[in-house]
Amino acid sequence: MSELPLRAQLASVLGKSAASLSRATGRGDGSVIGGRVALKVEPDLLGKLARGRRLTLVSATNGKTTTTRLIAAALRELGDIATNEQGANMPTGHITALANSPDARNGVLEVDEKYLPQVIKATNPAVTVLMNLSRDQMDRASEINLLAKKWRDALGTSETHVVANADDPLVAWAGLGARHATWVSAGQRWKEDSWCCPECGGHLKRDPDPYWECPECGLARPEASWAVDNGDDVVVDPNGVRFGMRLNLPGDANRSNAAIAMAVGAAYGIHPKQSLPRLREIRSVAGRYTSVVTHGTEVRLLLAKNPAGWLESFAVLGPPDVPVLLSVNAQVPDGKDTSWLWDVDYTVLADRRVFVLGERRTDLALRLETDGVPFEVADRVDDVVARLKAERPDLPKVDVIANYTAFQQIRAAYGRVQ
Amino acid sequence: MTDTSSALRIVWIYPDLLSTYGDQGNVLVLKRRAELRGIPTETVRVLSSDPVPEQGDVYLLGGGEDRPQILAAQRLRSDGGLKRAVEAGAAVFAVCAGYQIVGESFGDDDDNPLPGVGILDVRSGRGDTRAVGEIVADVDPALGAGRITGFENHQGRTALGPTARPLSTTAVGIGNGNGTEGAVQGQVLGTYLHGPALPRNPALADMLLSWRVGELAPLPPAWGERLHEERLAAALQ
Ligand SMILES: [Zn+2]
Repeated sequence: MSELPLRAQLASVLGKSAASLSRATGRGDGSVIGGRVALKVEPDLLGKLARGRRLTLVSATNGKTTTTRLIAAALRELGDIATNEQGANMPTGHITALANSPDARNGVLEVDEKYLPQVIKATNPAVTVLMNLSRDQMDRASEINLLAKKWRDALGTSETHVVANADDPLVAWAGLGARHATWVSAGQRWKEDSWCCPECGGHLKRDPDPYWECPECGLARPEASWAVDNGDDVVVDPNGVRFGMRLNLPGDANRSNAAIAMAVGAAYGIHPKQSLPRLREIRSVAGRYTSVVTHGTEVRLLLAKNPAGWLESFAVLGPPDVPVLLSVNAQVPDGKDTSWLWDVDYTVLADRRVFVLGERRTDLALRLETDGVPFEVADRVDDVVARLKAERPDLPKVDVIANYTAFQQIRAAYGRVQ
Repeated sequence: MTDTSSALRIVWIYPDLLSTYGDQGNVLVLKRRAELRGIPTETVRVLSSDPVPEQGDVYLLGGGEDRPQILAAQRLRSDGGLKRAVEAGAAVFAVCAGYQIVGESFGDDDDNPLPGVGILDVRSGRGDTRAVGEIVADVDPALGAGRITGFENHQGRTALGPTARPLSTTAVGIGNGNGTEGAVQGQVLGTYLHGPALPRNPALADMLLSWRVGELAPLPPAWGERLHEERLAAALQ
């Protein structure tokens, strides 16, 4: 910390006290406001705070908060780390995270997709992680092909080492712009945004999955050195050694996230045997995958913000006798446009009890009606659980899938569960 | 196609290039509203690598980013199938980028005009600001689809030539950028109401169906009508 110029030191201290104030007054976790005050005083602060550290940046449409948490767990093998675990993923949040851990040599920062180019430039990261890109909150997000191009250009002028998902064509194309890369075959379940070649627009040949290539310009999936085997619950390292994963986080998507965390760990010299036990300890991330018990029933909370996320959530639902509650809002953080509901296939829910909730439950109702999925309309999660419990006293579990603000409302109702 | 014994063919054009905003919703709702009346349907997804079939009844084109839009326009022009289908009497429902593509010309990223498919007499360019938000518009009474509601997210401004007429007059939102929204020419309809415009406007879906199958039996109000009312109320609040 003593290496920081006085002005930056001052800014960092100012930022900290604003953050404590924000926490004390109950206006949030403090990570955004602290950074905002600090940025005003010293615009180059992010770069100065990053200097001398080995940072990893993590960006994607889905899974970046979870993957950041997993990488943080792996890197703690080396001691203290700086990280924005609360998910404040814009530069102000990065400043707060770094300022709060002045002595941490290593760090991992979740980065909003749009900010990745500028944060690469400001922080000169050792590693940049790219996982997936798909449609998300389109009333304000930029177009994803354009975004991939900006990633590619930023990586081309950086010395950062990319750890990227070879199976997502748009991500791979962006990552191929970097000078150094480690490719992970992390799978791609949502394919609707990558039928066309990011280089020339040609129709990609995508079989057998996960291979892909463009018959027109020759762009092809880079060969991966790490791979996930979902069937066997195994990750394969670059030496071909297979490690049984046995994570506590559910689903294929989290196997992908964990494999990427192991590859990042390896870039820092951490062996999979050391990183994997640390990844297994994680059971929930900022309320995601958390279970609360109410009326004697386990209520599991799943956050899904866009079509790819809903697809991942459907894949981890309990057996068909587990009811599912879907809750959708359309506030600013969710995107004001609910059109994306029509990109999701709901027919997989046809055999279970389904409830629709949230400010835009009528959109959900029409969507389910159109797919021929029977459903019931409800106001609150707790009411549904009480009602189900009265009908079926041995009901063990329900799953709740909600988008961003709907999720936060439900989480708040249960006391901001972690 | 007034003979309902054969299936109504719904052709979804280039879902690989033109599908960014829940465009699938229009396909699903047309299919459902036809089938609820006992009209069998057949849905054809035409990828950009495939020829466009000419025997369809309703052709749907969705939204897309700039580059996919340019590619889709080039491919549709060189394929020629969509234009021939329209000449043979097919109906077209095109939203957002699709709306611009079926016109005479549209602007590329630098607003240089590029040729469209030329089945709707409109010319589109780029405005100074992006139109984003809920939109409400009153459809030309002669068409009988009432008041429509949707979400727009585009930077396009569209001028109509003498052969096309406005689909509607805007009450809330930007639409074409001149107080009108969308355009109609024969059975070709274009609109900036993106994505699931037909789910949110059951009367518009029925209008499109009736262009191909004649008069339709009314359906009891369900969730589509409910959503329509709810979104109108929210936008006009
Ligand atoms: Zn290509």
